[in-house]
Amino acid sequence: MLRSLWFSSRVRGWAAQAAFLGGLLAMLWWLAGNTAQNLAIRGIRTGFDYLSRPTGFPISESVVRYSPSDSYFWAYVVGVTNTLGLFVGLARRSEHPLLSRMADIYVTLMRNIPVVVQLLFWYGIAISLFPPPAQALNPLPGLFLTLRGVYAPSLVLGPWGGVLIAACLVLAIATIVLMRRPQAAALRLPVRIAVGIAGWIVAAWGLSVLLSHPLSLQSPELRGLNFTGGLQLSPEFAAIIFGLTIYTAAYIGEIIRGGIEAVGKGQWEGGRALGLTERQIMFKVILPQALRVIVPPLTSQYLSTVKNTTLAVAVGYPELGLVVNTVINQTGQAIESILVMLGVFLTISLSVSLFMNWYNARVALVSR
Amino acid sequence: MIHISDPETPRLPPRTPHRPLLKLFFGDVLSAALTALALVAVFMLLPGLNWVTLDANWAVADPDLCRQGGACWAFIRAKLNLILFGLYPPSEQWRAGLVIVIILAMILVSLWPRVWGGRLLLVWAGAVAAMLILMRGGMLGLAPVPTSKWGGLPVTLMLATLSLGLAFPLAVLLALGRRGRLPIARAVCVTLIELVRGLPLVGLLFVAAILLPLLLPPDWTVDKLGRTLAALTIFAAAYLAEVIRGGLQGLDTGQTEAAEALGIPYWKTIWHIVLPQAIQNVIPPLTNTAIVMVKNTSLVLIVGVFDMLSAARSAATDPAWPAPYAESYLFVALIYFAICFGISAYSAHLERGVRARRHS
Repeated sequence: MLRSLWFSSRVRGWAAQAAFLGGLLAMLWWLAGNTAQNLAIRGIRTGFDYLSRPTGFPISESVVRYSPSDSYFWAYVVGVTNTLGLFVGLARRSEHPLLSRMADIYVTLMRNIPVVVQLLFWYGIAISLFPPPAQALNPLPGLFLTLRGVYAPSLVLGPWGGVLIAACLVLAIATIVLMRRPQAAALRLPVRIAVGIAGWIVAAWGLSVLLSHPLSLQSPELRGLNFTGGLQLSPEFAAIIFGLTIYTAAYIGEIIRGGIEAVGKGQWEGGRALGLTERQIMFKVILPQALRVIVPPLTSQYLSTVKNTTLAVAVGYPELGLVVNTVINQTGQAIESILVMLGVFLTISLSVSLFMNWYNARVALVSR
Repeated sequence: MIHISDPETPRLPPRTPHRPLLKLFFGDVLSAALTALALVAVFMLLPGLNWVTLDANWAVADPDLCRQGGACWAFIRAKLNLILFGLYPPSEQWRAGLVIVIILAMILVSLWPRVWGGRLLLVWAGAVAAMLILMRGGMLGLAPVPTSKWGGLPVTLMLATLSLGLAFPLAVLLALGRRGRLPIARAVCVTLIELVRGLPLVGLLFVAAILLPLLLPPDWTVDKLGRTLAALTIFAAAYLAEVIRGGLQGLDTGQTEAAEALGIPYWKTIWHIVLPQAIQNVIPPLTNTAIVMVKNTSLVLIVGVFDMLSAARSAATDPAWPAPYAESYLFVALIYFAICFGISAYSAHLERGVRARRHS
């Protein structure tokens, strides 16, 4: 009886797990005991009540407006990196020798140099090589690169400005719906697109006139020693946003190229047999199928971009990690502050992966 | 209008073009536009290239004159020892240099599949011990150097190799636990892996720097380098565990079933049958993770460890020179690039060899 118990794999499994759990609990107990002792030695109170006390330290750049967790930032990063990434992915595969070599070099450079080094390099350029505001570099109209930061035109909302933007969005959706109706299908696709865009512009312009132009573009202007007006980005923020964008775009380009190459050769041959042009095959046959392969690695890329924003501490931008660090230095509430930080990152990670899983399921369904 | 390709010249699959260059560059509107775009990009990059090479100052007498029109490479020349070895005492820097040589030689040797095996592990253990003795000193007639004086490239390379080496056994256990039949062990492994993967490495480094002294008994002291190494190890273990899990999943279940039918005990099955095959299948992603970890060591500057990047940053703050941040980071980037690109090119070469042998 005892012998059979000793040799039963189930009993052994449970015994091993009980021992494992016991060891784990003992270790946690030991760690907790140490922590309590250490906290007592340093005279630190635990609890989250410190969160409601005033901070007593200013955050040099208003975190609320430009914090990396801001929706503007995300919309920007996702939009620009996806577009750039698609371009890089297609360029690396293109038959154009100059273009594909350049994309190759770009991706190789980005992938073999640590992000922090890249961010610090861009920041170093911004703070040591850009000229003072009086001799600002002006590569594009309205865009000024200076030692004190980057200045770009900004959109100024007058009264009714929000209403106008909302109305323009509604108009755009209405135009798309109208142009997709079977009655419009008589026109060829480019004509349809042109008619749609023209109609939308006329309607939006009319509306803007009606509301006496509530939207205007404000360019930064040199007044005295510095620029005023427009969108002002500190050197730190400009370096992070530029560095992360071109870094992430290289990775997304690789993911898209991998997805395209994962689609079978037969799909290209089938497309050619049907008489489609190369471009039609790429955009109507290959890319939709490649999406299925692309979505899972893209999820992890977005997650690591979220995590990469913490690198902003390296160039001294006050993002979450730095704020938490300052709070810890000032209050000594290390454990609680770290729990807050872990909570924020885990929430972001989990929501991004939930969204991407939902999108993945959608893509998978559509293509089968 | 339907375009039908000429049956006599069938279109070739993509990426194997046999078209004259002129047609490739200016064949249709799109190619011409792309050529123009590429040329514009090259033209815009020219001033930067010029700044780095032709206009650069390679040697100057007076640091103030260094930044005239171009990059200041004379600065790198003057500060080379500080960037490469940090605050390591100058008279002992040959030891740090020797450590760099040992690590690079070991990495090159280890990338060669014929030497893989138990003996290589022993050699590695010996090499690590030799490196620690060389860096630390205090025996064999070497002057002692405290870890607070360690810095530069040896710290970067040692953090990368030690964290990967310590993480690997941990990762194998985590992967086995996650794939195993024991629910409690599985839950613990899944929680640990997902928690670490959900956090940025910077966060983990902060956690280690702040929490580790709190979690351990008051009379145990772990220095900054040790805490950083602990954080890097746990981080690497979580990512390696996922790679190894991929290898375990790719293994045919027939292998373990056959072993079970033959009455081979679990651990022997794992050691002799499962792991060799599983790990061999995931060597390319393992190499990738290794490269990622080499790059990740640059993050330790955030918690104040004096690696190559922090050394370069503090070198650039010397007020005698005209703030040569861009130059020092370019130099560091070049070293990282040489290491990472070298490893990835070599592993791609190995992979091609493996594939060719498999298909022949």
